[in-house]
Amino acid sequence: MQMIPLFVAIPLGAAFFIPMVARKRPRVADTLANLTTLALLLMAISVIGKNGVYWMGGWGPLKHIPLGIDLVLDGVSVFMLITITLISFLVTIYSIQYMDKFTAKARFYALFLLMVAGMNGVALTGDLFNLYVFLEIASIASYALVAFGCEHEELEASFKYLVLGSVGSTLILFGVAMTYAVTGSLNMAQVSAMIGGDLKPIHLFIVALFISGFGLKAALVPFHAWLPDAHPSAPAPISAMLSGVLIKTIGVYAMARVMFNVVGMTPLISYVLMVLGTISMIVGVLLAMGQDDIKRFLAYSSISQVGYVVLAMGIGTRFAIAAGLFHLINHAVFKSLLFLNSGAIEYATGTRDLNKMGGLREKMPVTGTTSFIGSMAIAGIPPFSGFWSKLFIILAAIQAQRYGFATWAAAVSVLTLAAFMRLQRRAFFGEPREASQTAKEVPGTMQASMIGLAVLCIVMGFLWLPQARDTFLMPAARVLQEGLNYASNILGM
Amino acid sequence: MAEKGMTPIVKTITGWIKGLIMIFGIYIVLYGHLTPGGGFAGGVILAMVFVLLTLAYGKEESLRRFRIGVASELDSVGALMFLVIAVLGIAGTLGGRFFINYIAKANPGTPFTLFSSGIIPLCNIAIALKVASSLFMVFILLVLMRVIHGPGERA
Repeated sequence: MQMIPLFVAIPLGAAFFIPMVARKRPRVADTLANLTTLALLLMAISVIGKNGVYWMGGWGPLKHIPLGIDLVLDGVSVFMLITITLISFLVTIYSIQYMDKFTAKARFYALFLLMVAGMNGVALTGDLFNLYVFLEIASIASYALVAFGCEHEELEASFKYLVLGSVGSTLILFGVAMTYAVTGSLNMAQVSAMIGGDLKPIHLFIVALFISGFGLKAALVPFHAWLPDAHPSAPAPISAMLSGVLIKTIGVYAMARVMFNVVGMTPLISYVLMVLGTISMIVGVLLAMGQDDIKRFLAYSSISQVGYVVLAMGIGTRFAIAAGLFHLINHAVFKSLLFLNSGAIEYATGTRDLNKMGGLREKMPVTGTTSFIGSMAIAGIPPFSGFWSKLFIILAAIQAQRYGFATWAAAVSVLTLAAFMRLQRRAFFGEPREASQTAKEVPGTMQASMIGLAVLCIVMGFLWLPQARDTFLMPAARVLQEGLNYASNILGM
Repeated sequence: MAEKGMTPIVKTITGWIKGLIMIFGIYIVLYGHLTPGGGFAGGVILAMVFVLLTLAYGKEESLRRFRIGVASELDSVGALMFLVIAVLGIAGTLGGRFFINYIAKANPGTPFTLFSSGIIPLCNIAIALKVASSLFMVFILLVLMRVIHGPGERA
């Protein structure tokens, strides 16, 4: 279990080491960054099925009262670590050639790995203030990454993201401070044992602060205004990380962890989450319909898909949570793929405007095919992974007798299909327009990364087979669904 | 063109006290485990020496003494040093825990003297390097920055 702190220490160390040794040598930076993310992925795979609590500096609990800070490795943490490291590995492969057009590659990797370190920390921590610190590390790195191109539009988007992100962080910090004022502790397990599902008005206020704060980070409607500006402005690999992993780790995962394991789920919180999820689902896809900028379109669609995950968390049965987590990792894969495709299109044609594309399928066969697979997966067409996770979310809603929410989830799925058919038709099929005349297929590593993600879009569907489900998805769902047992698992009470 | 920076009075005084401020900063860092202060506070004071030089003599003078490249390297060195101190704790012979105070375990030193508290003074030095160089860089970048107006904005 000595490995647990290394999930944060390795990317953090690499983030500071790369700009020191590789400022003038981009290939060294590529190698180091890819080795780091590969090592993290292998480490994450090696901890599947393991549990453990790691007390930093050897300051373990005394008579069930925690003295120091703990890192907790349980089902959900492992699940999030796999999601983060898998996508970040494929994205760094893509960055090798995509980021050649930017100058400061070593700095790019430094910020990127800092963001990964923050997200791994969020996934592992067992302490509320520590959660806030890691969340800020990931957020601040992402503000800088959104502005990485340093053009006017990117700086403006980054500033908007910075302001709204800071509002979110402040709400979360207020929530943490209030929790400390009420319980006198910041250790999640201890807070959980003290509140114990008995929510008084002051606790509900804390819950409201956390839901709005994490809701801002997860870009749930009505907290979504920053996302359609921030995600398209970033370089494509970063868009893929932001939409694919960041909003889920520091938004959805952190919210689920606090709601289920720390304050305890009540029918009220459950209903609020379901409503927020459903509104995001509907508004996101409707706003996506009218977009002509391909990355903006994908960004709105992320809001919609995150809505599914939050809806599933709100339903709160073990089946629903497992389905929600299943959709979370599936969405991480296909939305990263689609953003990388959009990056490839921009790389080849120099535009993101759907009105100037068309007929790209012949010119860019790999991008065209992988994008088609990604679109079908997100639209929920069998046998791709998105079909299964959406189906299970709808089934879980029906099983929990939430027929209205199930209907909305099914309807949004149809709208998503319509929206992505439009994307496919205008970008890849039809007559080539001005920007796609001279387009060529993108270089090798970018293709490799996209093909890898496209294969995962199909393979991920098998995660629901009994063996994979019982070692990977169900332990994660169980940790959340057992809720306040978290305290006794950690502190051994 | 007039001479850069402030009046000769300010320049002379700055020349006298810059060393004293630096010594005070180093003192705050080194005694961080005994008296109020520590790596962050001491690092801020160290950065203030260069901020004062910039104010009194202009940015060329402070950049000549503390180049951005050096500051950037020190920034990374400080962070890495902190991390290495923490990760060394994982080694079984030292204590087997991330961030365990392995020096204090082996040799606690005399309480209330400079050589005590194990790895904490070392961590303070690492933090001071990091804070001093990054704060200086933040300040100097704000000095070097120019306002750029976007399309449609009035200059």
